[in-house]
Amino acid sequence: MDTEIRERSPISFQGIDPSPKARISIRNLEFFYGQTRALKGIDLDLPENQVTAFIGPSGCGKSTLLRILNRMYDLYPNQRATGEVLLDGQNILEKGTDLNRLRTKVGMVFQKPTPFPMTIHENIAFGLRLMGVAKSEMDGRVEAALRGAALWDEVKDKLTASGQSLSGGQQQRLCIARTIAVEPEVILLDEPASALDPISTGKIEETIHQLKEQFTIAIVTHNMQQASRVSDRTAFMYLGELIEEGETAQIFTRPRNEQTSDYITGRFG
Amino acid sequence: MSASMTRRKAVNAVMMTLSTGAAVLGLVVLALILMHLLVRGAGALNLAVFTQDTPSPNAAGGLRNAIVGSLMMSAIAVAIGTPIGILAGTYMAEYGRFAKLSKVIRFVNDILLSAPSIIVGLFVYQLLVVSFGHFSGLAGSVALAILVIPIVVRTTEDMLLLVPDQLREAGLAMGWPRWIVIRQIAYKAAMSGIMTGVLLAVARISGETAPLLFTALSNNFFSLNMTQPMSSLPITIFQFALSPYQNWQDLAWAGALLITIAVLALSIIARLVTSRKEKS
Repeated sequence: MDTEIRERSPISFQGIDPSPKARISIRNLEFFYGQTRALKGIDLDLPENQVTAFIGPSGCGKSTLLRILNRMYDLYPNQRATGEVLLDGQNILEKGTDLNRLRTKVGMVFQKPTPFPMTIHENIAFGLRLMGVAKSEMDGRVEAALRGAALWDEVKDKLTASGQSLSGGQQQRLCIARTIAVEPEVILLDEPASALDPISTGKIEETIHQLKEQFTIAIVTHNMQQASRVSDRTAFMYLGELIEEGETAQIFTRPRNEQTSDYITGRFG
Repeated sequence: MSASMTRRKAVNAVMMTLSTGAAVLGLVVLALILMHLLVRGAGALNLAVFTQDTPSPNAAGGLRNAIVGSLMMSAIAVAIGTPIGILAGTYMAEYGRFAKLSKVIRFVNDILLSAPSIIVGLFVYQLLVVSFGHFSGLAGSVALAILVIPIVVRTTEDMLLLVPDQLREAGLAMGWPRWIVIRQIAYKAAMSGIMTGVLLAVARISGETAPLLFTALSNNFFSLNMTQPMSSLPITIFQFALSPYQNWQDLAWAGALLITIAVLALSIIARLVTSRKEKS
């Protein structure tokens, strides 16, 4: 695909837009649910400190791809991935990969808000304590995480309330807060706003904007406007294949592939 | 149209009458049993029941040795059965959810759950009583523990499976080890249900007679020695109720009332624990 060559080749853009360093490199990735091949030969880079959005119709493999990046699929039998996913030069698909360490480097926020059955403070502090953060630093780290997720002002007076007592949008920002608290390198967002009202969605999107200064972000979304608002790069997937990938503005204004164009103009999907 | 409507209304009325009648019948029988128990038991209940041991025929006495024996054997049975049951249930719902072994355990556990308790008694008789050469409170505890395990396994697995997988995934996505996710998330969310299972198991064993007949036997004297035969409420009730002596029969009623009150109290506690958890 000529898109890929152009976007990846450092020469054609040298001096104008030096390609940022890839934080995650996906090479010839295939994924199987039992006998079914759900991902076919995916090649893709997630550039550092950028937001990459994955769009495509239901079942195209976007969430599957995301769940490979933190090896979430490992929980279930009969699911396997082949190929390479390089994080810091390490192929995370390799057998001996320390999954707990991988997941502290690659955090994930899910579609449905999943606050833990603990207080708001503890939702964040528990993970920090496991990582060995000292008690004296704890309150500061919790506050920083909540500020990072734009939730501090709303919860600072009720940190001992249950995390599950918050509204849906607040719960989702709490989940973002606890994810960024442990300072991962990459954050995976699996349709983080699809269960939320427009105002909460707006807040989440603002949060994403600020987070990319610090983290590399991959977001799966069904909402095309959202993809165009929050992302730097967009990847369009269809039936387990990566059809087109490039700068978001280009994908949405001058898609090179007809399927991409059909999808973003709403002709199918 | 209107004819079919009339017919439907008539069928509805008949069905409602039948179901209401059946419900009332069940309740009336239960109320009669409880009333009878209350009248006969409360009349025999006094302080001596708790402070004196089982008497000879036609002498004054109480149920102290039986009450203490029952409490001790039940407590040890729960202490043995609960950890095994919870850990087995945890294996089936968490670590071994997709393993063949879980299916085997579930099948065997269901059989154990409905096994007649007298068979459990005979099993422990062969296992502990015959090999040690005498009846003992400990053998009674083991028999009761075998009844506790399947109940706790079942409720633990069921309650853990009710915890949404998303919550587990969220914990694992934080990079937490499996056991921490189970302890901090799955157990926390399922705890009230698991506790209810344990309380149900206690309620179940507190009235069991058959497994104790072959294991703890009974003891007419006060004894805290678990390696010797031990008295228990159900067996004492069994013996005393069948006797021709009035004072023994009265004590049997008192014991029956005590067990009923204890089970009722446990059920209420279980309800309270569950509903308080649901509110928060």
